[in-house]
Amino acid sequence: MAAGAVARGSKRRVPDTQIKKEKPVRYFDYSLLFLLIFLMGFGLIMLYSTSSYYGSARYNDAAHYLKKQLFATALGIVGMIIISRIPYRFWMSLSGLAYISALGLCTLVIFAGKEAKGQSRWLEIGPLSFQPSEFAKLAVIIFLATIVYKTSKQVGDFKTLVKVVVMILPVVGVVAYNNLSTAIIILGIAVCMLFVASPKYSHFFVMALVVVVVGAIFIMLAGYRVERIRIWLDPEGLDENGHMRGYQTMQGLYAIGSGGLFGKGLGESMQKLGFIPEAQNDMIFSVICEELGLFGAVCLIMLYLLIIWRFMIIANNAADLYGALIVIGVMAHISIQVVLNIAVVTNSIPNTGISLPFISYGGTSVLFLLSEMGLALSVSRGITLEVT
Amino acid sequence: MKEKAAYIRSKTFNRRKIMIMFFIIFFLLMFLIGRLVYLMVFCSEYYGQKAENLHERERDIKAARGRIIDATGTVLATNRSVCTVSVVHSQIKEPEQVIHALVTELGLSEEEVRRRVEKVSSIERIKTNVDKEVGDRIRAYGLAGIKVDEDYKRYYPYDTLASKVLGFTGADNQGILGLEVKYDSYMQGTSGKILTLTDAKGIEIENAGESRLEPVNGLDLYISMDINIQKYCEQAAEKAYTRKNADSVSIIVMNPQNGELMAMVNYPEFNLNDPFTLTDAMLAQYTREHTPDPESAVDGAGDPAALANPAEPSAEEKQELLNQMWRNQCISDTYEPGSTFKIITAAAALEQGVVKLEDQFYCPGYKMVEDRRIRCARTSGHGAETFVTGIMNSCNPVFIELGERIGTENFFHYFEQFGLLRKTAIDLPGEAATIMHRQENVGPVELATISFGQSFQITPIQLVTTVSSLINGGTRVTPHFGVEVRDEQGNLVERFSYETTEGICSGETSETMQYLLEQVVSEGGGKNAKIEGYSIGGKTATSQTLPRSEHRYISSFLGFAPADDPQVLVLVIINNPQGVYYGGTIAAPVCKEIMENILPYLAK
Repeated sequence: MAAGAVARGSKRRVPDTQIKKEKPVRYFDYSLLFLLIFLMGFGLIMLYSTSSYYGSARYNDAAHYLKKQLFATALGIVGMIIISRIPYRFWMSLSGLAYISALGLCTLVIFAGKEAKGQSRWLEIGPLSFQPSEFAKLAVIIFLATIVYKTSKQVGDFKTLVKVVVMILPVVGVVAYNNLSTAIIILGIAVCMLFVASPKYSHFFVMALVVVVVGAIFIMLAGYRVERIRIWLDPEGLDENGHMRGYQTMQGLYAIGSGGLFGKGLGESMQKLGFIPEAQNDMIFSVICEELGLFGAVCLIMLYLLIIWRFMIIANNAADLYGALIVIGVMAHISIQVVLNIAVVTNSIPNTGISLPFISYGGTSVLFLLSEMGLALSVSRGITLEVT
Repeated sequence: MKEKAAYIRSKTFNRRKIMIMFFIIFFLLMFLIGRLVYLMVFCSEYYGQKAENLHERERDIKAARGRIIDATGTVLATNRSVCTVSVVHSQIKEPEQVIHALVTELGLSEEEVRRRVEKVSSIERIKTNVDKEVGDRIRAYGLAGIKVDEDYKRYYPYDTLASKVLGFTGADNQGILGLEVKYDSYMQGTSGKILTLTDAKGIEIENAGESRLEPVNGLDLYISMDINIQKYCEQAAEKAYTRKNADSVSIIVMNPQNGELMAMVNYPEFNLNDPFTLTDAMLAQYTREHTPDPESAVDGAGDPAALANPAEPSAEEKQELLNQMWRNQCISDTYEPGSTFKIITAAAALEQGVVKLEDQFYCPGYKMVEDRRIRCARTSGHGAETFVTGIMNSCNPVFIELGERIGTENFFHYFEQFGLLRKTAIDLPGEAATIMHRQENVGPVELATISFGQSFQITPIQLVTTVSSLINGGTRVTPHFGVEVRDEQGNLVERFSYETTEGICSGETSETMQYLLEQVVSEGGGKNAKIEGYSIGGKTATSQTLPRSEHRYISSFLGFAPADDPQVLVLVIINNPQGVYYGGTIAAPVCKEIMENILPYLAK
């Protein structure tokens, strides 16, 4: 209660003096907005470059994927603008509903989902298809922010920590049923948010240990996961049919390697011409490397880093812990996907399907990413600057 | 304000943890940048090369094979545009129409075409050597997935002319027989290459900047064969073949001064544009050999198929017959030279100095060697004769006597000196070696038979070459067709040089031989080859093939002109003539006929 009193006291004092003495400076993180616009523009160009081959091969329309992505992006931008204008605290009341509906949708997709490549991840609504696991990420961010915010005084207690983790396990489990990578991301987001909220460090070492042990058992249990580890260690090895085991991985590495310092030039990738399977999805970074070279790849990573840096600024300066936790969730989400995607593409970790935020093809993903950006921008609006 | 009062603000530790999180992310991204630098700078070449190998497709552009051109500038072997038809599985859109078109145009069975069209492979060859018109027609269907590539096919404008000398080429334009094999490396040329980039399905990418390596066409081979002389000889051979119902007739025309071959005939020839079809002569021979008679019916019992349908050779038999058909008897088959070999015996005796032209001999119609009575061709005997008349009469006892005078050791020494035991090194593949007794096994009887050209075998080309050196002043020449190679524009690239060995025999011996052999034609056994106004030297021969019981003969005649300075040497060999088989009677007129035609022609 004492902490609350301090917070209340300071909260009252600062705006009061500002309101009275000078006009409060309303903040909006335009840097983040411009970085996002730039990233989206870049992403769409690269998506077009990468997907035009498959687009014309399958749909006789080079811009097929671009059009679908543009549609989702436009929808997402509208969503982002609306969400950024809604005070983020509004979502606190909807967090329970969001969580329940995410759980429901993710369960539904198991039974009623559209099958693609042996996994049903999409729900069809008329002409549109929707990936509930993307929504689950957003829902978990809002839900966890609310829970952690409300229990922020006890979160340093290990029991509370475990309780919070247990609360999101149902959705993680349901998502993991047919999309393990997304489940890992959701868990990662949760751990990051708890890490920031908790004053302790030791809990997280314990958690890390548990994750390592459970992960190892998990891998041992399924043969194909062991196989993935083997591919990771020796992607050029041959299987019993004399085919390269890590075909996809190697195709990505060929693309990256042939890019060199400055790349082959925009649109000049050879590997996207059917060599990299579904290049516009998870492997799009390798095509960026091939076309724009090391220079382009590093620029893109820097762009992500700048965006993450803006999230950090917003989180640090958020008006309250709730806003900070939301932004931490968003930041964790983007960071985890960027790091894991690039790590997979460069064969730094075993292969797992994780898309590159804002660039990989995927309408649902971009829609909810933009919604999350709306949340972050909404949090940034809550920042009041102390002008001294 | 009340609501705001309830807000919980971030604490310092929250901010610190946010910083920690940011730096963890920062370092992870830095690690990934490091990884990218490693991959894109240090492994760039490795992966780049691998990727390139994956994208590049190499297509050969065939080089045109060099032509074969004779001494008159006539093209004897050239190329014709043909097409190779293949299908690209991944590009086929209407398989039924593709199958239909290919079946209609190529005359292949539907089953076969369907199998290849439906086979999942990057490119499947349907048929090669398709006529250009057919290829154009297939192209006109405009069906996706059919590829018609233009190609060259070897073409021989004169079909059967010198077939066993020129040879032919295989499906990949590589020489299979004759000069086509021997000079393959010159005529082959170097294929060009088109390097194109393709996508994962193997479809070429347009405007990908294909790199092209132009083909280097093969060099034209200029040979010493003269198409006119070759034609005269083939006509003469055909006539003799038909008239005497012979198995085959071989004729060699060579310049004895330098070894240039002007003609080489092995009648019956075969069609070079259709080398895998048995000629009528081969089929007739097959039928003759496989007509069941009481004897062979027993032998053939194990092969009922052959009995049931004797005119239809099995695949194996057909290959055997083809090999026989393609055989160049002038260089690949050995035979007993018979009396033409007396030239060599005479030369050896002259070299050794054991005989003089005026030496007296007596022929009672036979000669006893040890306990064997060796007969002369004229059983009544030639009576008393000089060495000159002995050779004119082709009298066996005279030459047995010469052989005895020379002695085995010296005789073999001369064989060696004359080059008789070595191959001639003619520029044609498949030359057979001389089959001669081992010197230590030669007793008086063997020595006697060798003296008049029996009991051992040499090739016709060996006889021609050896006799040439004995009548050209003593220089052993290498028989050859290849003169030089020139590029397409006619620029000389290489002139072939051939080994010559001087001092095979003395000039004196050579002159004596010219005189003796001129005597044979002007007044002796070779008078059927005499032509008014020309001085011709020559020697007849009639030899019996093994086994003697079959009474198969080879009659031959070797002639050259002018006798005192030989410019052309002709060897005629008639294999198994029916009826009269004496060389002087049937082979000498053939030689005469050829000489009558080519001597005025060469004088021009």
